[in-house]
Amino acid sequence: MRTTLLAAADPTLADFGHDPLWISIIKAVVIFIVLMLGVLFGVWFERKLISRMQNRYGPNRAGKFGLLQSVADGLKMGLKEDLMPRTVDKVIYFIAPVVLAVPAFLAFSVVPMGPKVSMFGVETPLQLTDLPVAVLLVLAMASVGVYGIVLAGWGSRSPYAMLGGLRASAQVVSYEIAMGLSFVGVFLYAGTLSTSEIVGAQAGGNEIFGVPMPSWYMITLFPSFVIYVITMLGETNRVPFDLPEGEGELVGGFQTEYSNSLKFAVIMLAEYVNVFVVSAMSITLFMGGWRAPWPISLWDGANSGWWPLLWFFAKMVLVFAFFIWCRASLPRVRYDQLMALGWKILIPVNLAWILLIATAKAFRLTGTDRTLVYALGIVVLVGCALIWWRFDSVMQRRKEEREAQVQAEFEELGAEPAAGGFPVPPLDLPHYHGVARKEVSSGSN
Amino acid sequence: MTDAPSYLSPTGQEIVFLLLGAVAVGAALLVVTTRQLVHAALWLVVTFGALAGCYLVLTAEFVAWVQVLIYVGAIVVLLLFGIMLTRAPIGRSADLDSGNRPAAALVALATAAVLVTVVVDGFRTAYAPLRAGGGSAGEIGSSVFRNWVLPFEALSVLLLAALIGAIVLSRTDIRGRG
Amino acid sequence: MSLGYLGSYAAVLALFVVGVAIVAGALFANRMLRPTRPTPDKLATYECGVDPVGEGWAQSQVRYYVFTYLYVIFAVDAVFLFPWATVFAAPGFGMTTLVEMFVFLGFIALGILYGWRKRVLTWA
Repeated sequence: MRTTLLAAADPTLADFGHDPLWISIIKAVVIFIVLMLGVLFGVWFERKLISRMQNRYGPNRAGKFGLLQSVADGLKMGLKEDLMPRTVDKVIYFIAPVVLAVPAFLAFSVVPMGPKVSMFGVETPLQLTDLPVAVLLVLAMASVGVYGIVLAGWGSRSPYAMLGGLRASAQVVSYEIAMGLSFVGVFLYAGTLSTSEIVGAQAGGNEIFGVPMPSWYMITLFPSFVIYVITMLGETNRVPFDLPEGEGELVGGFQTEYSNSLKFAVIMLAEYVNVFVVSAMSITLFMGGWRAPWPISLWDGANSGWWPLLWFFAKMVLVFAFFIWCRASLPRVRYDQLMALGWKILIPVNLAWILLIATAKAFRLTGTDRTLVYALGIVVLVGCALIWWRFDSVMQRRKEEREAQVQAEFEELGAEPAAGGFPVPPLDLPHYHGVARKEVSSGSN
Repeated sequence: MTDAPSYLSPTGQEIVFLLLGAVAVGAALLVVTTRQLVHAALWLVVTFGALAGCYLVLTAEFVAWVQVLIYVGAIVVLLLFGIMLTRAPIGRSADLDSGNRPAAALVALATAAVLVTVVVDGFRTAYAPLRAGGGSAGEIGSSVFRNWVLPFEALSVLLLAALIGAIVLSRTDIRGRG
Repeated sequence: MSLGYLGSYAAVLALFVVGVAIVAGALFANRMLRPTRPTPDKLATYECGVDPVGEGWAQSQVRYYVFTYLYVIFAVDAVFLFPWATVFAAPGFGMTTLVEMFVFLGFIALGILYGWRKRVLTWA
């Protein structure tokens, strides 16, 4: 039984674009201020929570509970000397942080945070704007952000920054595809790309034994949701996918040369805003948006007025806490593992899953031409089986070859008397006296 | 089709469209005249962005955001990686100009002339009023999957060819026969 | 041409202007407030803390290019999936559209398989 109890206050696409300009500007400024404050306290929250998980206190000097720590850090960065290395490409070095930050903020313009409310006497939805292609705007902004990363790495003229920039952008583009594909399931069910309507499509719910089940896509499209969560971590370069700033190998990644100044603060700001954007998208697309979860939704007033802002905010805090939890508990993956996960698992599984749900939906939709579905299913199954069989035999052959090679090496070593059966360095190894120039040329990786 | 309004009283939209067009052309000129390779890529972003703006004004919003996603986000990054693959010159390069400048200018002008003539001749005074939502994902989808299925399938073959071409070019160990 | 369409984008533009203004304003204020006392050491690139040697510049490897190329192709692919997903459930589409997408993705899958087989997808 599907009950779509869309209240009159629920915004649809037609409700947008009619705000007076001053309302739009107020909303834009409020979004900006909220995001800035969100970053300041998000950093504090992250440090505090991760400290508690590691059994230590975390920041506790500036202000009560260390609440003003990020404010102090921000002020410090704003007042410090800006070191701009002589060799950098000045224009690009300056533009890169702006290119990173502004699109991140722009993506927030389509995040729905509540139903229609009365703001200074004007009836308006709690969302800056909505478009028929709103989710595409978020993806487009994410890909413009990649550009900022490449430019920051390039403009710095430093091998580590360059390498970090290349790695970060290759990672982000790889995960962006999987992210876009994980949205397709949502579009298939909701039939629209508009964020407010996707939230509306998750309003009704089935009932099992009288208990209303949430119709969140997180449950109905669970594989899409899992893939989205993985790509969300990869896209924002967070643990366990924080390779672009792997300190042990890359110093600071693409931001190495932004030593300590407001430009570095802007880059950090952009990173946190990006985390907020992907969190907000996960809530909008998979967790029912601003709608209250089940026990609260029994109360009639839960989904009207200004209350939904609270539910939205609570969900944001929970998703952000999930990011921190991951950071506290997961080790960093290796770069080849990261790429293999993205290209060999997430994308093919995603495509197969999309076709599967589309077939299931078509099955229910028409119900007339079932033989075609069966024929398709058989073709796909036979194809997959053939490919698997072929791959399997190739893998088997390779495995046997490798084993034979290892065995041969082992026997060769055992036969050598100097080695005594153990791999030891040769006695005539030249001593290392250092070299006049770098052994490995910079940025060769 | 309705009657075309006069050319002499442009609406605000038309003015914005013209301005964006001017930005696109200006940035495109800078792409080919700048002396720094990476800055050329930057100006290309401005060109593509202005083009996306033009699409937006024409209510083709899906195409506009795809333009940003694919061209600004993917193609230009691809070009940048291509630049980094090569000798990767820092700063100004003196040898960016080849002797083909006049020939290139001539070809560019001729192409522009052909395109402008075709568009002007093809549409003349035809006037199509813009409709909000006419460029949404749903509209694009219904026209692709109702009227343009064959080009859509041909595109998949094209993408496949491009993919295989890139793989063959990037792998030095895949050799041709003989 | 309704007001709603332009109004929606006017709001996006408003956020863009506010964003650029605040970021630019912050960077400008920073320029006014911060001290500037450059020394040769401060003007050197940091790299990894050791004095930089040589040009600090080299070519990148082709594999980054290949992955970006793959990204372009799959982005085009994903972009076609979006309108497909929105019209899929509408009357008059359904089965035929599904078969069309199977064919489309079948070709793309051949590409992935080829790349997989040639070990392009493996980061080496």
